Amino acid sequence: MTLVELLSDYTIQNVVAGAALLGLVSGVLGSFAVLRQQSLLGDTMSHAALPGVCLGFIIAGTREIGSILLGALATGALAALVMLLLTRMSRLKTDAGLGITLSVFFAIGVVLLTHIQGMNNASQGGLDAFLFGQAAATLRSDLWIMGGITAVALLLVAALWKEFKLVSFDPEFATSLGLPVAWLEVLLTVMVALAVVVGLQMVGVVLMAAMIIAPAVAARQWSRCLEDMVLLAALIGVAGGVFGALISALSRGLATGPLIILSVSSVVLVSMTLAPERGFLWEAVRRVRARRRLRYQQVLTTLYRLAVHHADPDYRSEQGMLDTYHGQRTRAVLRQLMRRGLVEGRDTPSDEPGPPRRWVLTPAGIDEAERVLESLGRENA
Amino acid sequence: MTLHEPDLALHVEDLTVSYHSKPVLWDIDFDVPPGVMAAIVGPNGAGKSTLIKSVLGLVPTVAGHVTLHGRPYKAQRRRVGYVPQRSSVDWDFPTTALDVVTMGLYGRLGWLRRPGRRERDEAMAALELVGMQDFAKRQISQLSGGQQQRVFLARALVQKADVYFLDEPMAGVDATTERAIVDILRRLRDEGKTVIVVHHDLQTVRSYFDWLLILNVRVIAQGPVAEVYTADHLRKAYGGQIALLDQGTFLSGEAVAEAAERAG
Repeated sequence: MTLVELLSDYTIQNVVAGAALLGLVSGVLGSFAVLRQQSLLGDTMSHAALPGVCLGFIIAGTREIGSILLGALATGALAALVMLLLTRMSRLKTDAGLGITLSVFFAIGVVLLTHIQGMNNASQGGLDAFLFGQAAATLRSDLWIMGGITAVALLLVAALWKEFKLVSFDPEFATSLGLPVAWLEVLLTVMVALAVVVGLQMVGVVLMAAMIIAPAVAARQWSRCLEDMVLLAALIGVAGGVFGALISALSRGLATGPLIILSVSSVVLVSMTLAPERGFLWEAVRRVRARRRLRYQQVLTTLYRLAVHHADPDYRSEQGMLDTYHGQRTRAVLRQLMRRGLVEGRDTPSDEPGPPRRWVLTPAGIDEAERVLESLGRENA
Repeated sequence: MTLHEPDLALHVEDLTVSYHSKPVLWDIDFDVPPGVMAAIVGPNGAGKSTLIKSVLGLVPTVAGHVTLHGRPYKAQRRRVGYVPQRSSVDWDFPTTALDVVTMGLYGRLGWLRRPGRRERDEAMAALELVGMQDFAKRQISQLSGGQQQRVFLARALVQKADVYFLDEPMAGVDATTERAIVDILRRLRDEGKTVIVVHHDLQTVRSYFDWLLILNVRVIAQGPVAEVYTADHLRKAYGGQIALLDQGTFLSGEAVAEAAERAG
């Protein structure tokens, strides 16, 4: 299939549009969740959506998307509330609270799911698709619901931008200004629950958390302000969603949801490695440079100290002495220093035994060594 | 509405705060007249930060009431500036120094309005006051501890408040920054504002401040520094921590005060 054929396919259109919407809403809301250090709240809420999905089905008696999503939203939000109460009322820490809530709700969900499957209700077919998602089942009517939720979420974020920013950065200060911090936090949490609901059909409850966290984490690596981060996270979410959907459409038998997660995650991997200033690679280069600079400075100051000790600015140091002092071969470092004009190799006077060449500081080298020593003294002070 | 204790910048009465049903603050009566620079000192766990936070409504109180210039805090929010502890936020947040200072104006801006040119100019002026104008566009994660503290101070300055609360503003900053912060706080006081500071360094209490509260869950002593900063009061508050020092220095009251200074 060519790309044009692919895009004119009705089912694929739905899947791609759904994936794009999902990427958009989870990228934007995920940014706030990650910055508020609540990434795992998304995970808990998505797992806790499963019992809601089953309850929605039981109440409606059929696989009707409206009641299923409503159920998912209800139990997802309930889980967030339970977790909040657990940490507030007991001495439980946040991670333990999240873990307990997640597993209890998910266990209830699995019990309900197996119960429904045992009812021999013909219309229950495909309910387990909510575990890992079934993008191909996305209907045009589902898209309207997803689009509506996304639009509401984006409008709220735009309208309450500065409040959300302040609550995410410094909730105490926000409280002191009189902002209703608790309500704003509830609103952000409910919106994450909404994003989870949007993603249930596409990627399922198990992988949904990655959709919330990954675009935001990748975007954080590249951005210098919140505006950039949220926009970039939305972009990465949309691109990852569309890319994953297209890959799965091109090849038979590859599930869409996991492919979306994998494509977003590969962006994370690249960002963690390459992003300027924050990436691993950047950090590694910086460390190697610092270590090399340190070695240059060490050898230079050793030469300086030897000259001072012998009260002779032209003191000729032997290679072996420098190697012994530093416990490693210093020839390469000395060569480099020579290239920078800080030391020079001089022939040993003919009447003196020993190696034929020795190392001497140049006037520039003396200046540099004094500068290094002085800055060391300043740091210690 | 009649004013309650209108002659006091801050009036705290019977304030009690508990955590897991253990008292963190017990029956605090604390008054600060306007136009002074007041320090709150006490050993670790004395509830110094909690006192400020409960006055600002950040921590629920079990009992007591608080008024600022005669009115309850909720009616006086616009007249209060707050500098939280530097460690209370994640400095890796993607934002600039100027943006953080602008946050001090969010309360005045109200809902739906965005900070514009006027707000940016005001924030810039505050950054200049703390000597950080060259770092306006800098990522906050790239600022040193002292610079971060100055940014927080600038954010409180744009609030144009009458009463300022600062939580350990001199903790972990270099000497230059400490000097700069003290100078700014003094200028505020000279303009008639009230400055209330949680302070950890007993050595500098007498030179920086003119009003003092010594706290250890209860109020140990309060009033003008000259009257309150005595060996007796400090021993009551710090007790064992000071006794750890050489017993020989405990002969005279003055010696104890000096020992306490060194301990601080």
